[in-house]
Amino acid sequence: MKPREFLAHSGRQFGTLVGLFVLCAVLWALTPHFLTVSNLLNVAQQTSINAVIAVGLTFVIISGGIDLSVGSLVAFSGVVTASLLQRAVPVPLALLAGLMTGLACGLVNGLLITFGRLPPFIATLGIMSVARGGSLLYTDGRPVSGFGEEFRWIATGEILRVPVPVVIMIVVYVIAHFVLRRTPFGRYLFAMGGNEEAALLSGVRVRLHKTLVYGVCGLLSALAAVMLTARLNSAQPIAGINYELDAIAATVIGGTSLLGGQGSVVGTLIGALIMGVLRNGLNLLGVSSFIQQVVIGAVIILAVLLDTAFKRPKR
Amino acid sequence: MKAIPSAPPQTPRAVLTLRGIRKAYPGVVALDGVDLELRAGEVHVLLGENGAGKSTLMKIISGAVARDAGEVLLDGAPVEIRGPRHAQALGLGIIYQEFNLIPHLTAGENIFLGREPRLFAGVIDQGALLRAAQKILDELGVAIDARSVVSRLSVAQQQMVEVAKALSLNARVLMMDEPTSALTEQEIRELFATIARLKARGVALVYISHRMEELFVIGDRVTVLRDGRHVGTRSIGETTMAELVRLMVGRDLKDQFPKQAAPVGDEALRVAGLRRNGVLHDINFTLRQGEVVGLAGLMGSGRTELARAVFGADPINGGRIFVGGRERQIGSPRAAIGLGLGFLTEDRKHQGLVLGLSVQENTCLPSVGAFSRFGVMQVEQESAATAARIAELRIKTPGPHQRVVTLSGGNQQKVVLGKWLTTEADVFIFDEPTRGIDVGAKVEIYQLINQLAARGAAILMISSELPEILGMSDRILVMHAGRIAGEFTAAEATQEKLLAAALGRAGLHAA
Repeated sequence: MKPREFLAHSGRQFGTLVGLFVLCAVLWALTPHFLTVSNLLNVAQQTSINAVIAVGLTFVIISGGIDLSVGSLVAFSGVVTASLLQRAVPVPLALLAGLMTGLACGLVNGLLITFGRLPPFIATLGIMSVARGGSLLYTDGRPVSGFGEEFRWIATGEILRVPVPVVIMIVVYVIAHFVLRRTPFGRYLFAMGGNEEAALLSGVRVRLHKTLVYGVCGLLSALAAVMLTARLNSAQPIAGINYELDAIAATVIGGTSLLGGQGSVVGTLIGALIMGVLRNGLNLLGVSSFIQQVVIGAVIILAVLLDTAFKRPKR
Repeated sequence: MKAIPSAPPQTPRAVLTLRGIRKAYPGVVALDGVDLELRAGEVHVLLGENGAGKSTLMKIISGAVARDAGEVLLDGAPVEIRGPRHAQALGLGIIYQEFNLIPHLTAGENIFLGREPRLFAGVIDQGALLRAAQKILDELGVAIDARSVVSRLSVAQQQMVEVAKALSLNARVLMMDEPTSALTEQEIRELFATIARLKARGVALVYISHRMEELFVIGDRVTVLRDGRHVGTRSIGETTMAELVRLMVGRDLKDQFPKQAAPVGDEALRVAGLRRNGVLHDINFTLRQGEVVGLAGLMGSGRTELARAVFGADPINGGRIFVGGRERQIGSPRAAIGLGLGFLTEDRKHQGLVLGLSVQENTCLPSVGAFSRFGVMQVEQESAATAARIAELRIKTPGPHQRVVTLSGGNQQKVVLGKWLTTEADVFIFDEPTRGIDVGAKVEIYQLINQLAARGAAILMISSELPEILGMSDRILVMHAGRIAGEFTAAEATQEKLLAAALGRAGLHAA
């Protein structure tokens, strides 16, 4: 690719990356504790759950949809996994069941949207409430706690001195980037989000791939649920509240258009890291959590404002 | 400046005068030194082929587009049209083919949208609004209740609401773009009566229509544009249909349509008794290899619906489709593509292309599956196919990764064609292949159609432009009200015969 084409394709991610570095530089200047290996690993670990959910949401948003149910699916998949673990189901089986729960719920979202012809906002809003209520019913409103070391390794373990959650995040992103750029499924997401009618008339099985993308999103929510449950050593039926908003924020900061048809998971990873770094840095600086919310909101708006300013047509 | 030959000595007052108007877009000069004079109380017909510059001229008058050069005089005084709202304030109104009405508001609310009469503190005076709107509608001589919701009105009534809205702005110039295209004959008569009333009030009307026969009923003067240039202004009484066509086309049809007949081979596509309830009735036709079959018909006659049904984009209620002599079930575009069909939709931007994606991504979209091994796309194959398409179709693009939204209409159309060359289609359905494409690129598209036919492809070419149908087809089908109403060989077909069939006034094989 020629340099100009590279910039046209990757200029947006480049801008976000510069933003991340500037943010890191400022925090480094303000607090010496920021730029230590242990703190950076800490940031990566704290970011991993939001980052994994945001991948699924990025896929959905590129395809021209939205998924509001991811936070509730984190709770639901989490309590299913946890309750199986408590009944002494082998860890791999419990994990599999948890992941399949998320996948199944996601596919229900997809079927409601494709065959039920519901707007994605409505379908996933409904499932968001159903899954939340389901989690509360299933656990009678109480957390499910206490698991073996084998399961907790998902949160506490290390591979080559890198925390397992960070490894999971990296693996998910590598696969997701490959899927988006090098598989027909990825290409179809862009085509459907950019122009659904043209995609259909080009022979894309729109309903199939749309249903699948919500399934993938549900599956990744369930993966996040497993990571969260292992970290807290507890599955809460009220876990994951507002996670959909964090994931949308990471996606949008990363340059994916809510209108669909364009975006990248690389951008989303940088977006998620910006949010993680911001939270971590503000904590280190002792800024109150109230002010943190204001700052994060401002960053989201700023990112999109810059985006719009650069994209505005010249004529 | 060009003289206006038909101007009588006692010229009525000119309301709006345009001189030497020029407008260029990247790669295309849309208007080049165009003059137009609009007089109070006249219907001034603007005539020209697609891409001749009519709509750009309208957009300049209505303030939607800024001119590059030339002057605009209102009542003889130079004026600068700064934008659509300013044009309205100057009394320059336009009614587009697609109306700008808010469907769930009432007629009255639409008429005064943004200019509602107020009581106090910004509260809308609904009573005054309705009375004023009703007065305008009544003066217009149309039976519309100002309280009726726009979405419940007929197309003709909605059009009248648009007219009323323009009049409420004291429009002195009113431009109408293809106002009769969606109206019934009765509604057209009513529209013409309204136009007569507007003339009597001294409004200058600009009338754009592709229905040549209407011009002689309603028009006073006619200005012909060709390739962005002013080629003549005539009084309707002093001109003929033949002269106007000659002015519009401006050259021998043979140059414009480089038709080359290819040897006709076996049956490629046959449709027997195809039916879609309420839309298509008992459609029968055959396409052979190497043959270009033109499909003519008025808007709404079912041409595009037929193409979509054959391509599996819309369900059918009966009939059989044979591809290469074998009966096939085509339940989806995917199935049609698998059988070697390619569909170039009339609306490139909304149906043909994913504008935000690149030339390469669009070119390969229907072939992505074929270009994959074990679920992984083979980038080298995609690049090779795209490079081949760019070369053979002479697509003007900075590179394969250029987003198609930045390409010109002609090049976009080539990318759409490239999609189907990449799937190695051998039956092509072109729906309005040259709509919105400038004249040079049109000839290139025609040459590509010739090349496809020479390779043995079968081509169904839908078009509203009769000269195009006559110039490019080996055989011509005409649709009327969801049926094939006539079939002609290229030799026997004339514009009059096609038009008669399209209007439902001819039997099958009328010759």
